[in-house]
Amino acid sequence: MATFEYAPAPESRSVVDIRPSYGLFIDGAFTESQGGSAFKSVNPATEEVLAEVTAASEADVDRAVAAARRAYQGVWGRMSGTDRGKYLFRIARLLQERSREFAVLESIDNGKPIKESRDVDVPLAAAHFFYHAGWADKLEYAGLGTDPRPLGVVGQVIPWNFPLLMLAWKVAPALATGNTVVIKPAETTPLSALLFAEVLQQADLPPGVVNIVTGAGATGQAIVDHPDIDKLAFTGSTGVGKMIARSIAGTRKKATLELGGKAANIVFDDAPLDQAVEGIVNGIFFNQGHVCCAGSRLLVQESIAEEVERRLKRRLGTLRVGDPLDKNTDVGAINSQAQLQRITELTAAGEAEGAERWDNGCELPAKGFWFRPTVFTGVSQTHRIAQEEIFGPVLSVLTFRTPHEAVAKANNTPYGLSAGIWTEKGSRILWMADQLRAGVVWANTFNKFDPTSPFGGYKESGYGREGGRHGLYAYVATGDAK
Amino acid sequence: MSATVSAGTTRGPGAADTRVDVRKTYKLYIGGKFPRSESGRSYEVVDHRGRFLANAAQGSRKDARDAVVAARAAFAGWAGSTAYNRGQVLYRVAEVMEGRRAQFVAEVRASEGLAERRAEAVVSQAIDRWVWYAGWADKLAQVLGGLNPVAGPYFDISAPEPTGVVGVLAPQGSSLLGLVSVVAPVVVSGNTVVVLTSEQRPLPAITLSEALATSDVPGGVVNLITGRTAEVAPWIASHRDVNAIDLAGAAAADGVSWGDLELAAAENLKRVVRPAGAGSDAVEPDWSRTPDLSRVTSFLETKTVWHPKGR
Repeated sequence: MATFEYAPAPESRSVVDIRPSYGLFIDGAFTESQGGSAFKSVNPATEEVLAEVTAASEADVDRAVAAARRAYQGVWGRMSGTDRGKYLFRIARLLQERSREFAVLESIDNGKPIKESRDVDVPLAAAHFFYHAGWADKLEYAGLGTDPRPLGVVGQVIPWNFPLLMLAWKVAPALATGNTVVIKPAETTPLSALLFAEVLQQADLPPGVVNIVTGAGATGQAIVDHPDIDKLAFTGSTGVGKMIARSIAGTRKKATLELGGKAANIVFDDAPLDQAVEGIVNGIFFNQGHVCCAGSRLLVQESIAEEVERRLKRRLGTLRVGDPLDKNTDVGAINSQAQLQRITELTAAGEAEGAERWDNGCELPAKGFWFRPTVFTGVSQTHRIAQEEIFGPVLSVLTFRTPHEAVAKANNTPYGLSAGIWTEKGSRILWMADQLRAGVVWANTFNKFDPTSPFGGYKESGYGREGGRHGLYAYVATGDAK
Repeated sequence: MSATVSAGTTRGPGAADTRVDVRKTYKLYIGGKFPRSESGRSYEVVDHRGRFLANAAQGSRKDARDAVVAARAAFAGWAGSTAYNRGQVLYRVAEVMEGRRAQFVAEVRASEGLAERRAEAVVSQAIDRWVWYAGWADKLAQVLGGLNPVAGPYFDISAPEPTGVVGVLAPQGSSLLGLVSVVAPVVVSGNTVVVLTSEQRPLPAITLSEALATSDVPGGVVNLITGRTAEVAPWIASHRDVNAIDLAGAAAADGVSWGDLELAAAENLKRVVRPAGAGSDAVEPDWSRTPDLSRVTSFLETKTVWHPKGR
C-alpha cells in the first residue's frame, strides 16, 4: 500500500526578533542586574543558544518587590475595577494580535510543536486575560465572601512546560483582583515572558504592576523568602512545592501550589476504542508528556488490554517526532538536557524493575534533546514508573478487572491532580468521577483546559485552584480577614 | 449528676440529706467508642479556681494514630452519605445537646469560670452553631460549585468535595463554643476529624462526644483526644494520612509553636488553617461572632468534571 510522505512545512522564524541579551523587567522598564549573573537560553531542538538572560540576584528581587509594592499602594490597589479590567482586555487583545510571534518564540525556546503553541498555549493565554478582565469590576458578585479585596504583592514562580500559558494563569487573576506581581519564568524558557514585558509596555500598564525577574532556583527562593511578599503562587514539582510550604510555615504569607501528578487514564471494555486510543495518545504525548496532569498511567480493563495495546502501538507508529516548527510535527523536543536525563533514568528503572519496554522506533534528529514515544506494559503498581512523575513521553500500562479495582489503583498515589475515564455508560462515569480523588476528571476526553474551568489538585498535587470563579479565592481577602 | 455540678456540695459519707453521687470517668472518644488512653495515663483537670474536677485521659501518640485510623475508616461512608443525611445528623447533635444543656452549662461554668447567664448564652450559641452548619450541608455544592461555560462542546462542572481526614487543635479558652465552631465546619461537608481538645478545659469536649455518640454521627467521624497539646499535636501535624490541620488551638497552648506544626504539615502538603493573629502571634478569636464560610471552604477540594457533548 502506498503511503504519503509529508513534505516539510516549517513555520517561519522571521516573525520573531530575539535580542542577544535581556535584562530584568522591573518598574516598567528593562534594567541591568545588580550583582546577578547571566545564563543562556537554548533551543532544545537544536542546542542553539538563543539569548543571554539575567539571573536575578536577591537585590534585584528586592527592587522588583519594592516596585510592586509602590505600584500596589500608589496605583493598582486603588484603581477602579473597571479600569483594571480595561488594562487586562488590552493585554488579551495584544496577545491575540501578536499570537504568531508568541507561538513561534514559544516553540523555539520550549521545543513544543508549533501546532500546540499556536492552537493551545497562546490562544488560551489570551483567553485567560480576557476572562479575568471581566471579573475585575464584578468581584462582589463572585461569591467569595463579603468585601473582596486584594492581598498586596504576589510572588509567582512558573514552570517551563507552558511558559506563556502558566504566566497568564498566574498574572491574569492576580491583576484582576487588584494585586501587583513579581513573577519568575522558568530558567530554560524565559523568552516568552520577556516578550510579554513588551506587551505590558504597549498596553501602558502602570510601571511596577508586573515585574518579571528571570533566573533559576536561587531567584525563586529569594521571591519566596522576601518579607514583603503577601502571597505566593507556584506551579512546578511537588518537591519544590513542599520546600515553599516549609519556607512560609509560621509566617502570614498565603500560597497556592499547583504541583505534580500521576494521572490514571481508565479505559473500560465498553469504551469507544478509536476515541479512547486518541485520548490516551493526547493524554500522554501532548507537549512531549511535559504536563503535570498527563495521563501517564493507563489503566485498561483486562478483557480489552491486548486490543488497546495493539491499536495504541499502531497509532504511535504514525506520530511524527521532530522539528517543533514543522506544522506537521506531533511530538517536539524534550525541554532540556536535565529533563532528558531524568526521563532516561526513570525508563531505565522501568526496564530494570521488569516492565516491558516498547517505543515507536522513529528516527530522531542528530542534535537537540529527543525521546521516542515509549510504552511500558506489564507494569505493577510498585514500579517507579507507576509511582513517580516522569514528565516525558512515557506511558505505563496497568490492567484491572472491576470498577472498584480501577478506583483503588487510580487513587493509589500521593498525587491527585487529574484522571480520565473512558466508557459509554453514563452512570459509571458519574460513579467513577465521585470516587476518584483528583481535581480534574476528564470523561471520554482528556487534557482539556479553559479559563472558566477551575484546575488544581488533591493531596500532594498541591492546593488552591486556578481558573474560573474558584481561582479568584487565591487572590483576595474577605470579611474581617487581614 | 456530674462531678462538676456536685462540686461544693456535702460529700461526706453518711450525711443524711445527700446521696453519694456517681461520678463520671472522662475518657477519649475514638472510632465511636470511649477508650482510656492506651498509655494508661491521666491528668488532673481543675476548675477555674483550681479545685479538682476529674482525672482526664492523657492521650498519647498512639491514641492519636488510632484516631486517624478510625477517621480514615469512617471517611468514605461519611463523605459518601447524602448531604441531606449529614444535615440531619448535625441537626440531631443540636437536639441532643439541647436535652443535656444543664450539664453543658455546669461544665462550661466550672471550666471557664463564667457566670451562669453567660454560660447559658455560650451553650445556646454552641447548640445554634450546629443548627447553622446543619443547614449548610445540602447548600454547599450549589453555592460553591456550578457549571463552567467552557469554549467548546463540553459539559463542565465543578463541585466541592471534602478533603479527607482533618486534624483540629481545639481552642484552649472556649472549651465548648470554640470547639463546636471548629468541628462543625469540618464535618458538615463530609470530612472526618481528629480533635485535640482544650488541654486545661477538656471536660465539655468529652460530654460533647457523648452527645455525638447518641446523635447518629457514625463512629470515627469525630474523634476526641484529651491530653497535652504540645505532646500530641506534632504527631497529628506530621501524620501522612491526615489531609489538613486547623491550628486554632495553638493560641495559648503550653509549649506549642504553630509555625513548627505548619512546618511538619508541609511534609505531605496538608491544608493548614493558621491561628488568628498577626505575625507569629496566635490569638484566640471571639467565637461568639457569627461565622462565615471560610472554615468550611478551607477543608474542601474543588473537583471539575468534563464530558463531551454530541449526538
